[in-house]
Amino acid sequence: MNGFSTSRAGRLIVRLLPYAWLLVFFLLPFLIVFKISLSQVTLAIPPYMPTFDLVGGISGLMDSVRQLSFENYAFLFSDRLYVLSYLSSLQIAGISTLLVLMIGYPIAYGMARSPRAWRPTLLMLVILPFWTSFLIRVYAWIGILSREGLLNNFLMSTGIIDAPLTILSTNIAVYIGIVYSYLPFMVLPLYASLERMDESLLEAANDLGCPPPKTFWVITVPLSLPGIVAGCFLVFIPAVGEFVIPDLLGGSQTLMIGRTLWAEFFNNRDWPLSSAVAVILLLILVIPIMIFQNMQQRQQEKNS
Amino acid sequence: MATGPVKRSFAPWEDPDAKAFIRFDNITKRFGEFTAVDDLSLDIYEREFFALLGPSGCGKTTLLRMLAGFEKPSEGRVFLDGHDITDVPPHRRPVNMMFQSYALFPHMSVEKNIAFGLKQDRMPKGEIADRVAEMLKLVKLEAFARRRPDQLSGGQRQRVALARSLAKRPKVLLLDEPLGALDKKLRGETQFELMDLQMELGLTFVIVTHDQEEAMTVSDRIAVMNEGRLVQVSTPAVIYETPGSRYVAGFIGDVNFLEATVVTAEDDRFELTSDKWATRIVATAGDHRAEPGETAWLSIRPEKMRISLDQPEDTSVNCVPGEVWDVAYLGDISIYHVKLDSGEIVKSSVTNLTRLVERPITWDDRVWLSWPRDAGVVLTR
Amino acid sequence: MRRGPSWFNIVSLLIGFSFLYLPIVLLVIYSFNAGRNVAVWAGWSTRWYSALLQNQQLLDAAWVTLRVAFISASVATVLGTLAALVLVRQGRFHGRTLFSGMVYAPLVMPEVITGLSLLLLFVAINFDRGFWTVTIAHITFSMCFAAVVVQSRLVTFDRSLEEAAMDLGCPPAKAFFLITLPIIMPAIIAAWMLAFTLSLDDLVIASFTTGPGATTLPMRIYSAVRLGVTPEINAVCTILVGVVAVGVLVASVITKRQEAERQRAERMAAANR
Repeated sequence: MNGFSTSRAGRLIVRLLPYAWLLVFFLLPFLIVFKISLSQVTLAIPPYMPTFDLVGGISGLMDSVRQLSFENYAFLFSDRLYVLSYLSSLQIAGISTLLVLMIGYPIAYGMARSPRAWRPTLLMLVILPFWTSFLIRVYAWIGILSREGLLNNFLMSTGIIDAPLTILSTNIAVYIGIVYSYLPFMVLPLYASLERMDESLLEAANDLGCPPPKTFWVITVPLSLPGIVAGCFLVFIPAVGEFVIPDLLGGSQTLMIGRTLWAEFFNNRDWPLSSAVAVILLLILVIPIMIFQNMQQRQQEKNS
Repeated sequence: MATGPVKRSFAPWEDPDAKAFIRFDNITKRFGEFTAVDDLSLDIYEREFFALLGPSGCGKTTLLRMLAGFEKPSEGRVFLDGHDITDVPPHRRPVNMMFQSYALFPHMSVEKNIAFGLKQDRMPKGEIADRVAEMLKLVKLEAFARRRPDQLSGGQRQRVALARSLAKRPKVLLLDEPLGALDKKLRGETQFELMDLQMELGLTFVIVTHDQEEAMTVSDRIAVMNEGRLVQVSTPAVIYETPGSRYVAGFIGDVNFLEATVVTAEDDRFELTSDKWATRIVATAGDHRAEPGETAWLSIRPEKMRISLDQPEDTSVNCVPGEVWDVAYLGDISIYHVKLDSGEIVKSSVTNLTRLVERPITWDDRVWLSWPRDAGVVLTR
Repeated sequence: MRRGPSWFNIVSLLIGFSFLYLPIVLLVIYSFNAGRNVAVWAGWSTRWYSALLQNQQLLDAAWVTLRVAFISASVATVLGTLAALVLVRQGRFHGRTLFSGMVYAPLVMPEVITGLSLLLLFVAINFDRGFWTVTIAHITFSMCFAAVVVQSRLVTFDRSLEEAAMDLGCPPAKAFFLITLPIIMPAIIAAWMLAFTLSLDDLVIASFTTGPGATTLPMRIYSAVRLGVTPEINAVCTILVGVVAVGVLVASVITKRQEAERQRAERMAAANR
């Protein structure tokens, strides 16, 4: 075997290993989810039917296929709970994304304007919370926001309020939780695009008669647009399917689709219906996910 | 060549009644511990093409940025056309700058870039369009109006930057190393275009450069700077032919220095002596601070050093023998490095006036170097 | 020379970082609270930490979590590095779009979907759920994060180094192990650390894919948190935060020192020239 074909074989192995893994453990499961979403729930193990097995041969397989139906989907759209869960998830994720952007932009901007020597430290400070457990960060807010929590204690001891505020178990707590948890996802891409920006562009705008506040809107914001878009996708997409935050910080009236799916699966043990919930959620997110992927790929091609 | 005579008679700095257009008044600028500009005063006149020349870190860019308003002097005032503009923010100053990096807005087309400054002044739309068209024509980029900066070549970007900074008809155009990113040939062409443009528009240009050739080519006057101070301010010819110090002589063009002892120093006759050059040295120009018995330096440009194979008639004054050590043939000129008997190397350059020479001077030739009395300048610093 | 941060910049940084850190700092402080009520300070104490050591369930869960994290991070780093090589080096090939799609999608995929789909896969192929299913699930999503980390280093890698090695007679595969791998090693280590903490952190996917005897620490914490805030959980969380913070700080100090050493060496080399 000459060197050329060895390297070709090597390249093929390098490619096939991760490819096969992702096909089996990422793509195939989605197909199964889709198939089960067309099945019916039964009291069995596994708790759905039909199950495909090859004992019945081709005709048995055809029988099974005939039993598939879109009943679960019809049910989803007829029940207000699910429709409202989807809409409310989109709304909560959308509002949170805007809030994260509004809070994250000044932070990223401040980092990009800070002396060069501080920047690695500031960057580290933004990344560090990302390394600490998500669950713990959400949990920390329970102790702060609850009726007997630190925030109420503090506000009452300083005399700002007389009676404790109810924040925990409301949508406000969910917004706080999402903003807090996803802030680094927004700040990092924003910082990356702001830091790259040539400062002489701002000076040039000033020089041509544009006052500094306006320069921010005419030059800085448009040039950081890639960072804004990347940050918004990184926050919005996972926030739509968020489970931990609405479950721990939200109240019983906080409808989010991740929570509904979890309840359907673990409490009602209705696997086919939760699969249908997942399929619809994926369909809602597929467009933003594709845009995000496209951006990633273009970014990578630009870098190389 | 209609502009030639006009240019020659333009010398407001010699007119005691002329009013300064730009005035730096005892300017000091410190960044923390570092003093970038040190108690500097300078007048620049209207319609002048003025160059700030010096090595990097000499304070020339800081001075320019103070004129644009991006830096505030720590001490002193800046005046423009009689008004104190020290505290005026950059966006209110009637000066525009062409940036070293060009600083073209990457998200705007060429057109939009040029129109940017006009829009800030709320100029009516129609007038903006007319002015943009005029500017595009001026820099010959009519065909590229809709392109984005990243779709242009380096030279085209440079023109867009120029058009953008000229669009507002500023009182002063500031140019920060405007040609630094261009290759040598394009630089040469662009320098002449800049000069023509400045004449045509009748504007005051202030250019910062570290390239002495560029400064000599484009400017009416040059300020040579070093360590935050002005070393010499004068026309290119004066700076080249009558440098005030060894620093200026060495920074601009090539030069030979001879360290020597002053024998006599009168108004128009300096005589020096040195062990290194075995001849009497007489010069007609020099620094009048020179005192007999003290050390001074004779500075002579290589092209003023005559080199010959034959011994000159009079070898008693300004004439030394040596051996050709190195020859560099550059086409238009040849440069000879001649090693004197004392071991000193002296440079002499000769214009190659004819295509073929019967007996060219070459390695190891025994040669004579000689120079007229008005060729050198005696310097004390 | 350039303009520094304005007051607005400094204030927004201060507020932003307090917002990021205050909850964690409060959590750490209150883990040392002597009283049972987490919101009322009753003096310093480490009693909740000693209580932890008695909690066998929690210790078991921690041990499971560490093993899952170690194995999944190691496998995910290998697969992720391979995936990064494919994305950066192999140009166009059949199915590239699908491949890059499968690498980037898990980065933003809601965890409930990933968890549910993997569980249904394991059920469909009749794979006993437990330790290994959680590990496989963690490998799958963390290899994508590892791939992105390694990829961002690979795109800036100067390929002429590899070409120089091959020019000097080194076969391609050997050139990769002798030249490329050592140079991109910091990124690979970072990828491993990221995969490790992602695995430590995960609640949702583990909850779906786990089986009897494989309860992870986040699952234990979650079921305890649902019952309310206790100083004991604060103590667990403090330990987890501490471990991660120390790990990240040590790693960054090491890389900084290496960088400083490299720069010093370069300066000396330049001075001796």
